[in-house]
Amino acid sequence: MTTLDQPTRPVAAPASTAGRDRPVRRELGVANTLSHGFLLLWALLTVLPLLWMFISSFKTNGEILADPWGLPGALHLDNWARAWTGAHIGRYFLNSLVVVAGSVSLTMLMGATAAYVFARYEFRGRQVVYYLFVGGLMFPVFLALVPLFFVVRNAGLFGTWAGLILVYAAYSLPFTVFFLTAFFRTLPTSVAEAAMVDGCGHFRLFFRVMLPMARPGLISVAIFNFLSHWNQFLLPQVLMQGDESKWMLAQGLFALSVSQGYAGDYARLFAGLSIAVLPVLAVYVAFQRQVQAGLTAGQLK
Amino acid sequence: MRHGKWPLIVTFLVPPVLLYVVFVVSPYLQAFQISTTDWLGYSPDANQVGLANFKTLWHDDYVWNALKNNAVLLALVPVLTIVLGLFFATMLAMGGRKGRAGVTGVRGGALYRTVYFFPQVLSVVIIALLWKEVYHPNQGLLTAALHGIGLSAPTWLGDPATAFWCVLAVMVWSNVGFYVVLFGAAMSAVPKEIYEAVLLDGASRFTTLRRVTLPLLWDTVQVAWVYLAIFALDGFILVQLMTNGGPNFSTDVIGVRMYDTAFGSETKFGYASAIGVVMFFLTLSVAVLSLRVGRRERIEYS
Repeated sequence: MTTLDQPTRPVAAPASTAGRDRPVRRELGVANTLSHGFLLLWALLTVLPLLWMFISSFKTNGEILADPWGLPGALHLDNWARAWTGAHIGRYFLNSLVVVAGSVSLTMLMGATAAYVFARYEFRGRQVVYYLFVGGLMFPVFLALVPLFFVVRNAGLFGTWAGLILVYAAYSLPFTVFFLTAFFRTLPTSVAEAAMVDGCGHFRLFFRVMLPMARPGLISVAIFNFLSHWNQFLLPQVLMQGDESKWMLAQGLFALSVSQGYAGDYARLFAGLSIAVLPVLAVYVAFQRQVQAGLTAGQLK
Repeated sequence: MRHGKWPLIVTFLVPPVLLYVVFVVSPYLQAFQISTTDWLGYSPDANQVGLANFKTLWHDDYVWNALKNNAVLLALVPVLTIVLGLFFATMLAMGGRKGRAGVTGVRGGALYRTVYFFPQVLSVVIIALLWKEVYHPNQGLLTAALHGIGLSAPTWLGDPATAFWCVLAVMVWSNVGFYVVLFGAAMSAVPKEIYEAVLLDGASRFTTLRRVTLPLLWDTVQVAWVYLAIFALDGFILVQLMTNGGPNFSTDVIGVRMYDTAFGSETKFGYASAIGVVMFFLTLSVAVLSLRVGRRERIEYS
């Protein structure tokens, strides 16, 4: 077939481009419509539940019960107020903010320093310690859950934000160290050597030269850690029982969902969920390229 | 360069190693030890019982039921997610084939990817609570939609016959977008000339996908498989928040079993740790197995 075609093609092509293009384009049109159909369908499936949640958060409970698909008659912002103050979602939100700010900072500091040493310095036992860290990527958190509960309690950190911050950071170290070690290795040695020749010490070299050069990698990992700490549920559930005023956002939402079952205040639940979703979606839309890169790199070890 | 490196190594390495050993390594090691005791938690006495916990586990029908559910998830969630992910990634990457000029993405591809990725940035807690409302038997989105077109609706999460499938659907829903992006990134790394050569030879879209794209993407698909398998063995948060294993244990998974055993009405820490150890070995063997089975020759673009 191909051998038969070959001699005619180059001759015929320039002459009849316009005529040949039309059937191709029609076929393309059908395929494109089909692609867009499926793609749109999934986009709708993704967005609809979220959209429904936002819209419902402005309705009255009566409207939600009578017509789940309908639009709100008026914007009932009091639902949001009831969730923010009445259900303490505002307080839990700030609690989460404090803990996540602490845990991400700690993770980045410890992860970056350890990764830098692994990437740039030779010493005995380096491989062993490195694999000790990276091995943590393989284990399910479940196995550690029971003993962790007692380790944290015996350290006097049970039910404290400091405890959560340390635990979040410890469990984020495997990925952070793994990713950043690879990243520090890619940085040019020549710059480091030039700085050393100019009399720069080891510490100064790290903080003044290497850390700024590693910024893209640091940002990716920081976003990854921010999302995973912000979305953490299991660890606070186990380590932050009791004192409600210190709860994380996820715990507060769960409690709100449970109490909604009795109170029937659907609008308040939807408002609470919306409060939790909006900032994360805003951060995502603003930094989507970094978020997607960070999260996919996180899976592709 | 070599002079005075030790102060830095020590100050930079000791704090992270300490933190990691105290909160990660030591709990994992202790878990294995606790699994061989009959420890009931808050009292300090724990007796060594050897493998008795594992023997009890073997005869525990609730554990077997949970394992069976995990097995179904393990069989279905990765396949469905990867097929849908590949399908949409292909649509996005090649939907706009321009005659013989080559392969282009569809218009608005970046927007689709942004939207598909939404569930990935949301907390699993929010996804679980939101879908619980979507499945609500009276005023949920789904029930209302079915009633709207004059059909009757099941009670979704309330019915042992449907609850499991409802949870499974949410698992797939929340993962597909991520793998669309992942596969999309891998596809864009494939040199365009390869596609152009194949198209010139007159290959159809489907052949292109099956014979060219998939083999080139194999590494990525395999990694996706391992992660989805680990995800399917866990499933804890979605199940606990949406159904808590019910109704009538129809959605129970091994993670919920373990959590209830350890932190439920009775604190059987020894037994719970034994479940954890089983989970650990299951996860490990699934990961190793899928890497083994999927091993093929690596393709590198020169």
